[in-house]
Amino acid sequence: MPIHRNAGADTLALHAGQTPDPVHRSRATPIHFTTSYVFESGDHAAALFNQERAGHVYSRISNPTNAVLEERIAALDGGVGAIACASGQAALTLAITTLMGSGGHIVASRSLYGGSHNLLGYTLPRFGIETTFVPAGDADAWRAAIRPNTRLLFGESIGNPGLEVLDIPTLAQIARDARLPLMVDATLVTPILQCPIDLGANIVMHSATKYLGGHGVAIGGLLVDGGNFDWEASEGRFPTLTEPYEGFHGMDFAEESPIAAFLLRARREGLRDFGACLSPMNAFQILQGMETLGLRMERHVANARALVEHLVKHPFVESVSWPELDTHPDKALAASLLPRGCGGVFSFSLKGGRKAGSTFIEGLRLFSHLANVGDAKSLAIHPASTTHFRMSAESLLAAGITEGTVRLSTGLETATDLIEDLDRGLYAAQKACA
Amino acid sequence: MKLTVSGKSVYCYTGGRANQPGRPTLVLIHGAGHDHSVWTLQSRYFATHGWNVLVPDLPGHGQSEGPQRESIGELADWVGLLLEAAGIGPTLLAGHSMGSLVALETAARFPTRVSLLALIGSVAPMPVAAPLLEATLANRDKAHAMINQWSYAPGSQLGSSSIPGMNLTAINERLMQRQALGVLHRDMSACNAYAGGFEAAAKVRCPTLLLSAAQDRMTSPKAITPLAEAFGQETPLRKLVIPAAGHAMMAEAPGAVLEGLWNFAGAFASSLQERP
Repeated sequence: MPIHRNAGADTLALHAGQTPDPVHRSRATPIHFTTSYVFESGDHAAALFNQERAGHVYSRISNPTNAVLEERIAALDGGVGAIACASGQAALTLAITTLMGSGGHIVASRSLYGGSHNLLGYTLPRFGIETTFVPAGDADAWRAAIRPNTRLLFGESIGNPGLEVLDIPTLAQIARDARLPLMVDATLVTPILQCPIDLGANIVMHSATKYLGGHGVAIGGLLVDGGNFDWEASEGRFPTLTEPYEGFHGMDFAEESPIAAFLLRARREGLRDFGACLSPMNAFQILQGMETLGLRMERHVANARALVEHLVKHPFVESVSWPELDTHPDKALAASLLPRGCGGVFSFSLKGGRKAGSTFIEGLRLFSHLANVGDAKSLAIHPASTTHFRMSAESLLAAGITEGTVRLSTGLETATDLIEDLDRGLYAAQKACA
Repeated sequence: MKLTVSGKSVYCYTGGRANQPGRPTLVLIHGAGHDHSVWTLQSRYFATHGWNVLVPDLPGHGQSEGPQRESIGELADWVGLLLEAAGIGPTLLAGHSMGSLVALETAARFPTRVSLLALIGSVAPMPVAAPLLEATLANRDKAHAMINQWSYAPGSQLGSSSIPGMNLTAINERLMQRQALGVLHRDMSACNAYAGGFEAAAKVRCPTLLLSAAQDRMTSPKAITPLAEAFGQETPLRKLVIPAAGHAMMAEAPGAVLEGLWNFAGAFASSLQERP
């Protein structure tokens, strides 16, 4: 059941989480550059440490600027709260380590950001947490992969690299049937285009480095709790949340807060002990970006549509992968789950293979050649010569891309300038392969 | 911890500590559609400062078995049985909103069990607006939205939470969603139907605190006067109005509510010296 919003998304993006401070009347969110906070008394200190009173103790655990960002994303996403982390990877790690320890198991979409795939496929097994990867759109495979020790289902709103649209309502039902939480990485859509919690997901994570900040100056991650999973009804699967934790005053987090137990444990253990907190400076910069999130996402989508429309007609383009196209297998799903658009990231394949791809990239002047997405500036990368350099043509195909695939992150520039730049790159590639 | 009342299991939060004999007990009664968790930031402090704490999920709410009681009088009788089952001594009984009516009626019916009384976000009578009462039956989501709109001060509507990183109105909505269908309507109907407030107040002899919030639009501090005047002259009565908070004051201003209760208990510590 979606949470009722107190205001529209554009209003929340500007105001949620902050009222002008009562002392100085600052309209903008102040940057609280402090490691720690003065206690009123010994009794006050003890009460803060024991969570008898609300407040800040140490900026690794909470910070007033970060708290504004946390409340803002929670308000936008329809969550009961959020935690700001040092990066999207930190947010993912915090979520997993809050829910499970050694012996835990995750069922995850095969179409994940490479960093998430590395964490789940290579790093976490060293700590006794295994992952079964399944095709994003194969509901039966998700169901079949669930084991008695499974503790989480995880996927991305729009998958990498094939832009598969995650069928969140179906996966949420599979998760509910198995009494497991579903977490969705919504980095590429942001709450402007999709709120996974409204569709039945339980936890949402964002790499705030991307569209939320939008300016490409600050790394950050956000973890949002939907407050819609009943940990106490999970038959002991989540002892980190339903049994006393000696590491924090013997607190039983679900007893303390049946609604926000996940966030309580994540903050009181994971953020405290693993320490991947967000700098308040980064929180401020991400907040500045979020103020224009709605406007920017509209332009990202509009520009992406213009570029896709141009590329599908170009004779040197073999194919374009974009969920709004008739040729994409998830077109109907995208229309249903992403009615406001599929963001600004898409990929296309050039005729002429690896050489065409690398020449195309070198021919671009406006697009920046780098390994990031979600910037205000347009970005391009040729996986076969960079991120997937060591992979053979066959391996690339298995990963859903070709030697000539190029990924674009459409920025906010004037669309005609971007099209002109693409044509420049396409001309160079075509000439090199002639 | 779990207690048994009338043969049914009752969940009681104890502030994170086991209760011990020989201590006064703070008993906190939640409001309509809620459970014990609305009191977390008041109860933990008491539990580490020499008090026992007993915060039940009312019957049919949270983790307590039903049946749900359908009138304030029935709920008061149930609280009387709970206090007996818990075997506790001197008691500060506090309630919020519907819980305040239950606490008031309990103090009137079981005067020997209540040493101090605190009514938080309270008025009597407590009529529920017809559109809200109707929505609790016909459209629960709409009712939740209306409650949130009226329960939080303007500053809390868009956030700026007292609890870092938490979206207070969303927590309240999820908490209400978690209760079984019909629970909120029966609670609201019980509030709406309760007509015994003045009569109960006249019977109360123990020190009483009327704690309001300046921006409460559900139970405005201005509307508390008739109830305050219903208490007898011999009843020590304290009034406290918390600024910058609305009806959901335990979440919006948790420290101020805690201090209000703590200072009240301290001012009338002699009432807690021996079992009444």
